[in-house]
Amino acid sequence: MSRKYVALGALLLLSGCAGNAPPRSASATPAGERVVEPWKTDPFPSTYHVYPGVPTLITNVTIYDGEGGRIDGGSVLFADGKVQAVGRDIPAPAGTVVIDGTGKWVTPGVIDVHSHLGVYPSPGVKALSDGNEMTDPTTPEVWAEHSVWPQDPGFSRALANGGVTTLQILPGSANLMGGRSVVVKNVYARTTQGMKFPGAPYGFKMACGENPKRVYGAKGRMPSTRMGNIAVDRETWQQAVEYKRHWDKYEKEGGDPPSRNLAMDTLAGVLDGKILVHNHCYRADEMANVIDMSKEFGYHVTAFHHGVEAYKVADLLKANDICAVVWADWYGFKMESYDGIPENLAILQKTGTCAMIHSDDENGVQRLNQEVAKALAAGRRAGIAIPDEVAWKWLSINPARALGIADKTGSLKAGKMADVVLWNGNPLSVYTRPDKVWVDGALLYDAHDPKRRPVSDFELGQPGEGDVK
Amino acid sequence: MKRLLLCAAALLCGTAYAETIAITGGTVAIGDGSQPIANGTVVIRDGRVIAAGTNVAVPAGARVVDARGKWVAAGLVAGFSSEGIVDGEGIDETYDGAAGKSVFNAAIDVSTAINPTNQSIAVDRSWGVTRALVSPEANNSVFAGQGAVIDLGADDAPVTKARAFQYAELGEDGASHIGSRPASYVMLHDALAAARSAARGGDSKDALITRADAAALLPVVEGRMPLVVHVERASDILQVLSLKQTYPNLKLVLLGATEGWMVAPKIAAARVPVIAAALADLPAAFERTAATEANVGRMQKAGVMVAISTVDVATEAGQRNVRQYAGNLVGIARVPGMTGLDWGAAFATVTSGPAAAIGLDGEIGSLRPGRRADVVIWDGDPLELSSAPVAVWIDGVAQPMTSRQTRLRDRYLNPQEGALPKAYER
Repeated sequence: MSRKYVALGALLLLSGCAGNAPPRSASATPAGERVVEPWKTDPFPSTYHVYPGVPTLITNVTIYDGEGGRIDGGSVLFADGKVQAVGRDIPAPAGTVVIDGTGKWVTPGVIDVHSHLGVYPSPGVKALSDGNEMTDPTTPEVWAEHSVWPQDPGFSRALANGGVTTLQILPGSANLMGGRSVVVKNVYARTTQGMKFPGAPYGFKMACGENPKRVYGAKGRMPSTRMGNIAVDRETWQQAVEYKRHWDKYEKEGGDPPSRNLAMDTLAGVLDGKILVHNHCYRADEMANVIDMSKEFGYHVTAFHHGVEAYKVADLLKANDICAVVWADWYGFKMESYDGIPENLAILQKTGTCAMIHSDDENGVQRLNQEVAKALAAGRRAGIAIPDEVAWKWLSINPARALGIADKTGSLKAGKMADVVLWNGNPLSVYTRPDKVWVDGALLYDAHDPKRRPVSDFELGQPGEGDVK
Repeated sequence: MKRLLLCAAALLCGTAYAETIAITGGTVAIGDGSQPIANGTVVIRDGRVIAAGTNVAVPAGARVVDARGKWVAAGLVAGFSSEGIVDGEGIDETYDGAAGKSVFNAAIDVSTAINPTNQSIAVDRSWGVTRALVSPEANNSVFAGQGAVIDLGADDAPVTKARAFQYAELGEDGASHIGSRPASYVMLHDALAAARSAARGGDSKDALITRADAAALLPVVEGRMPLVVHVERASDILQVLSLKQTYPNLKLVLLGATEGWMVAPKIAAARVPVIAAALADLPAAFERTAATEANVGRMQKAGVMVAISTVDVATEAGQRNVRQYAGNLVGIARVPGMTGLDWGAAFATVTSGPAAAIGLDGEIGSLRPGRRADVVIWDGDPLELSSAPVAVWIDGVAQPMTSRQTRLRDRYLNPQEGALPKAYER
């Protein structure tokens, strides 16, 4: 199916002309017809499609399956965009391309749960700076996907150098409530809809600490303090609770649907458990405040991002079923990161807390495997024994869970998307790079084939076009 | 506690300094571009390297440190940093790298601000960083001021060389301060003319530069002080190289040079060293459109003397990760079409390379005889991610391996509070 056809189909569905129409949006409803809560619909549906692949069997490789399993001398078979089998001695069905991976490693594609590619793209000029709607401390109504520039050259570097196949693109952290995130497959498309991960729930970006109070304090408005941060958050959550109450009443009793409020739609979606909260929060004490606030208003924090001090409250996070999303060794670049330590991930793992790596950076996203290696080594030196294949969960199944897509990707299990990286050595070594990367079974990067190296529109005709990067 | 630690180190120094130490049995990485030497010996005495390599005799009376199974390497040199002049990049109150409303620029001497008890110094030291080039950043002029070379030792004398180089911005960053690239060049020429004029006792009343700044630029014009220039674009690099026609004595060093590979033969011919942006591979600005990780390798292949720094890439983890960038330069050599470095050349980019760029490789940056004894014993390959230092000497003095980070780690290895609050655990 051509992409044009898919896009046209989506347009027809939206205008309600097709037989299989989705629930109508609240904003345009004929009188008397029941409308679905607006946070349950997606007016900007994914038009991503799987590119053609060939059935492929990679043999004689070390496999980290992404869920903590390891197979030495193993094989991975994928076809029709899906993983078919993982194990030893898998026979090659007729027509299968067999790749002898002796000396190499295979892992699921890397997932970066915190990226600003597309919203803060390269080149970093003001005209492309679209990551922070810095005009109000709470902007739950903005959606990152409306800022994503799908021509960001950074996507290609993340693919070729980092083996990244899935990313969550978040709004920035200037605002307490920054807006909705979007999860994308790392596959270039003409439109952002063409990159959207099919079926991924929305995320909601929140931020604690220094950034919101600095940005709005400088404007002479609330919040200018951490207590102001929480106060504005609570005021806003209270409105959301009331908004959702109107919708619940409407769903139960009918009548006129409540007036639409785009900001409240997002927050109601969070209260309804349909939209996952990704909360930028460095300090341990602030995480605790947010946890209590979430209980007060009845929502769940899926993950604390930039949790530089997560190790101090690893037990609290575990008890509240919250993931910690952290760097390997970033620290000291602002006051709230002053207490960062390289053992953060390992201590979280030891405590049994859901933990994972993230980049938040167009350079770091190219080396998440190396960041995991550093965190792992720091843990081992502190006496925390974690096998390599378990550490790999920090950039595969754990971020997939935090994004609500663990049933689709994040590990090499039969039936899952064939998001696969063949590494030219141990991916926890500084000397290793991706050899090939497949997304949904389609070979989209091959170190041996310059034609399998994406070049964004921006780089076309520029010095260095198509070069190794 | 900090003071206690320093005292302990100082006591250690007292005895260690005069001592002859032979570190034997390890894989020796000299840092001068040579390849690692298996089962080598490093001998240090009076704060200097006596010998390093194979067939090195252990002097009589030397204290022998057994490094079998480990690596013995030259200390890392941070190629371009804010080491010791900031307690946290975003903590403005602590930052001495930007001069704000000061009317002075070239005369600024960053060595006056170095704080050796700064915590990032302690952290990076324990990760094998023993020296750093420290620079102010440009503010209202193309000239930022005079950078220093420091050691990261746990003592009260951090400055190896004050006023080691002058730093200037002539690309997009400079233009953003001054107005445009051409305006930057007018300012540069005006300032250097004022420096010459002042030296001749001439009248520089109409110069737009203070007397102090003009005086600081005189050693630059006369070639007694290197001029480190930050540029990225190929055309900007050529423009900087052409300055030698007007000022033949200039000792130029390029910083950044993301598009250096495009004009590498010309950089090599001009014999201008480069402290490159390690691994910069994104067109993060229009002046870096042709960025590629192959840049460093291609320049080196063309005969350019290349070191690396964290300029243009994240510094949030500190200077300790320069070794990771060097390791990547080795790794990419295996990627078809890429140009990387061999191990010895890569290690030199983070040891003798930055020192050589500013003419100090006779003093620091390697384990060649006579160099200051900055030695690190690693538990494995220093460029590999799983490795960490187990011992560090600076100027022949054994250094503490602890920092605030190790203290926090020890306090929170078990996050739960015990019989008393965490504040009592230390």
